[in-house]
Amino acid sequence: MFRLVLSTVVLPLACLPSGAAAQAVQQSALRPAGVQAATIFSLWNFTLALCAAVFAAIVLALCVALWRAHKAGRAAGASPGLAPDLAPDLASLQQPERRVHRAVLWGTAIATVGLVMLLVADVWTGRMLARLPMNEAVKVELTGHQFWWEVRYPEEGVTTANELHVPVGRPVVVTLKSRDVIHTLWVPNLAGKRDMIPGRTTTIALRADQPGVYRAQCAEFCGLQHALMALPVTAVAPAQFARWTQARGKVAPEPATDSRRLGRDVFVRAACAACHTVAGTMANGTLGPDLTHLASRPTLAAGMLPNDRANLQAWIVDPHRFKLGANMPPSPLPARDMHALLDYLESLE
Amino acid sequence: MSRPEIAGPASPADPAEVLEQTWRDPPGLWGRLSAVNHKTIAARFLYAAFAFFVLGGILALLMRLQLARPDSRLIGPDLYNQLFTMHGTTMMFLFAVPVMQAIGIWLLPLMLGTRTVAFPRMNAFAFWIFLFGGVMLFAAFLIGMGPDAGWFAYVPLANADYSPGKRIDIWAQMITFTETAALMEAIVIIVTIFKMRAPGMTLDRMPLFAWAMLVTSFIVLFAMPAVMLASTALITDRLVDTHFYDPELGGDALLWQHLFWFFGHPEVYLIFIPPLGVISAIIATFSRRPMVGYRAMVLSLIATGFLSFGLWVHHMFATSLPELGKTFFTAASLMIAIPTAVQIFCWLATLWTGRLVLRTPLLFVLAFFVILLAGGLTGLMLASVSLDTQLHDTYFVVAHLHYVLMGGAVFPLFGAFYYWYPKFTGRMMSEKLGKWQFWLFFTGFNVTFFPMHIVGLEGMPRRVYTYPDGMGWNTINLGATIGAFMIATSVLLFIVNAWRSRRRGALAGADPWGAGTLEWRAASPPPAANFDVLPVVHGRYPLWQPAALPDRVAGIDPGLREVLLTSVTAAEPDHRMLMPSPSPWPFVTALATTVFFVASIFTPWAVVWATLPVAITATLWFWPRRSESEQRHQREVRP
Repeated sequence: MFRLVLSTVVLPLACLPSGAAAQAVQQSALRPAGVQAATIFSLWNFTLALCAAVFAAIVLALCVALWRAHKAGRAAGASPGLAPDLAPDLASLQQPERRVHRAVLWGTAIATVGLVMLLVADVWTGRMLARLPMNEAVKVELTGHQFWWEVRYPEEGVTTANELHVPVGRPVVVTLKSRDVIHTLWVPNLAGKRDMIPGRTTTIALRADQPGVYRAQCAEFCGLQHALMALPVTAVAPAQFARWTQARGKVAPEPATDSRRLGRDVFVRAACAACHTVAGTMANGTLGPDLTHLASRPTLAAGMLPNDRANLQAWIVDPHRFKLGANMPPSPLPARDMHALLDYLESLE
Repeated sequence: MSRPEIAGPASPADPAEVLEQTWRDPPGLWGRLSAVNHKTIAARFLYAAFAFFVLGGILALLMRLQLARPDSRLIGPDLYNQLFTMHGTTMMFLFAVPVMQAIGIWLLPLMLGTRTVAFPRMNAFAFWIFLFGGVMLFAAFLIGMGPDAGWFAYVPLANADYSPGKRIDIWAQMITFTETAALMEAIVIIVTIFKMRAPGMTLDRMPLFAWAMLVTSFIVLFAMPAVMLASTALITDRLVDTHFYDPELGGDALLWQHLFWFFGHPEVYLIFIPPLGVISAIIATFSRRPMVGYRAMVLSLIATGFLSFGLWVHHMFATSLPELGKTFFTAASLMIAIPTAVQIFCWLATLWTGRLVLRTPLLFVLAFFVILLAGGLTGLMLASVSLDTQLHDTYFVVAHLHYVLMGGAVFPLFGAFYYWYPKFTGRMMSEKLGKWQFWLFFTGFNVTFFPMHIVGLEGMPRRVYTYPDGMGWNTINLGATIGAFMIATSVLLFIVNAWRSRRRGALAGADPWGAGTLEWRAASPPPAANFDVLPVVHGRYPLWQPAALPDRVAGIDPGLREVLLTSVTAAEPDHRMLMPSPSPWPFVTALATTVFFVASIFTPWAVVWATLPVAITATLWFWPRRSESEQRHQREVRP
């Protein structure tokens, strides 16, 4: 128990300023980088200001009330003993307190006005968001799985997984689906969240106005590894985006070396192909992520691990070491097959 | 039959002694299982609910340990998901609602000037059901069968496909089971309030706490069936393959959310409406004056109850519903702030024009004031569709709901406990320890939950068992863990205070705070029959207002379990009624019902064969017995 307390409470205290790394990862509703998030952020600022003012006013009134009542209590002879020995003031039972009631009424009226202001601001923001121009939007189909994201660009003919690329300044309309349970797409820097519900199709629009990598994370509890379902969203210049889609639209190249050829055979033989697709080969499974351009992705396992050879190998050998509950079974391959497989996968750029 | 003219204290003809013998619970183990006295049952309810509160708190501490630092491997995802599901389920179903009802069951007869609650045996039955249901849930958790789909149990995750095994079955069935207890208690409370008030206590003179319990009970009556229906449909989906929630076979995943939140949102209000009554009592007493705006308070309570049913959809703004519908629910959610504002201003006005006596109960109430205000304002933010799409399912919501529920329920509950403890035990709690506890609790609470608003806006989703380093969330999470341990220390201090004061506290007397409502007329602790003579009421604060004649009810036989029923609005005497005597059958029937519910998780055939023991025990419960018919006979021959 002592070690537990030491390891969880005392040790992290020693490295408190770890929050300094915050700039590296962008996942915050307070630093909008797109027009939807920025519009909501203005509403947030307005609401926060109004609510803060109300809070301050009422707490101030409470303090004044306490001070007055305290003074009145002292004047009437309240002693600091345990029992309040002060006789109750029953005047209000005889004559109605018009002034007090009027004050309550005024307070309520002001509160109502404040609430109407909030409602108007909310409706206005909603209309602003609905009226954002959507012509020449990039269409994306995003499907949620336990616990990864399937990404399709139907017009560009691109299928990928666990990475979303968007052009800066162009609207993106994301169609959201789910294959199993309810997930939620949430890119706080770009827009609010929207659920992915099995049996339904929902859409969300977003537009990135600054280039950068924004982190998205599943926001609806979706099972064992809900915590580890992230999605890097890369916003790049339109020209760069076009290059990207072009590259991603290509099928996998024919393996150039013996090792890679063996690796491809292993991929098909070891049943990887039952779940994964590599475009241009016989592997066309759809249960797991499309791996045609695996080597170009920054992360493995839905934003969880940096994409390098060691992680890839460890993941294949035992995915559950990292992500208990993931649907991929462990694949302990002989060393030669494993190296060939890794060679092959690393060639899928 | 002749009576002696002068009765000594030990003489059986002393009315107080006769009353005690008539109303007390029988001795021995069997007698304890047969108890029906409302104070006995309510005290058990309170102890059980508090035990569940402590257990729920321990689950929370474990979660906070796991989240104290990034990438922690202390608790795996499986256990963590069970922890947060059990924490939510425990606090909502096994603590918050039962504890409010328990306080009502204990206090209402005293406040209303009667000797018991309506349907005392059903009251006992409801307690046993609640206890067995809660114990079953924790037993399942301890053997690794704790539910893991969240206390909200969204389908399809909670379906048989994605949650195989018995975990969710146990959860769904025990929810239905324990909620029947809440329903029965609601009925007990409503009938007690409507029919058993002292003569003269018109609805317009009823204590605000009784009003709050009345509104709460009606909310229970209309909201609980929704979740019982939802969880029953879930379990039939899982056990016998119905398709209520399966989109591929004509069901709908969103149906669950609608049913669940149609209960789930009123649930919040039924947790924090009773404390509104508690607060009105405490503020009036410690401001040494009647509450300002009694009728406005009553109307606000009723309005809150009504409106609480009109805003469940604000839990579903991210599900892509039509815009106009969402605007309606935004408006409804904002509107419910108006009655709350009325109440806040009435309390402010009472304090403003009062003469303050600052004691520990009032400290908790003042903290409630500030914390609920903050929680209410963040609630307005969540009611806005656009803001909600950013805030929903993040730690902002975790912060908000703890501000509302702990601020709205736990703070006032502590206040209530310090306030009514002398009535409960006959002794005062230590003020010094109380103030220590208060400050520790208040500080710990804000250290834990306030920064969660920020970490939520910074993108931390809720219900995650871990988070990566470098997101800027580390410091806040560590702080929250430290705060959680401050809260735990404070609760420990509270237990110490309550325990010590039971023996060593200053003797209280009947009315230590100089309060004005009827429960303070009874001795502390109250005798089995509550009052030696039943009072007649002439105003809202009977103990403050000089009594007019008549000041007591005449003609009630102390040798019988007899109570006076009065008319619903004017509280004019209706008739005398004999209440049922102690009986072990509610306990045995509750056991049989537990077998029915638990067995049905494992075989649908239990619905057939397990009705038999329930039917037999219930029949024996209602079988006319000799002693009771004798009582009735006695009553008929006496004038």
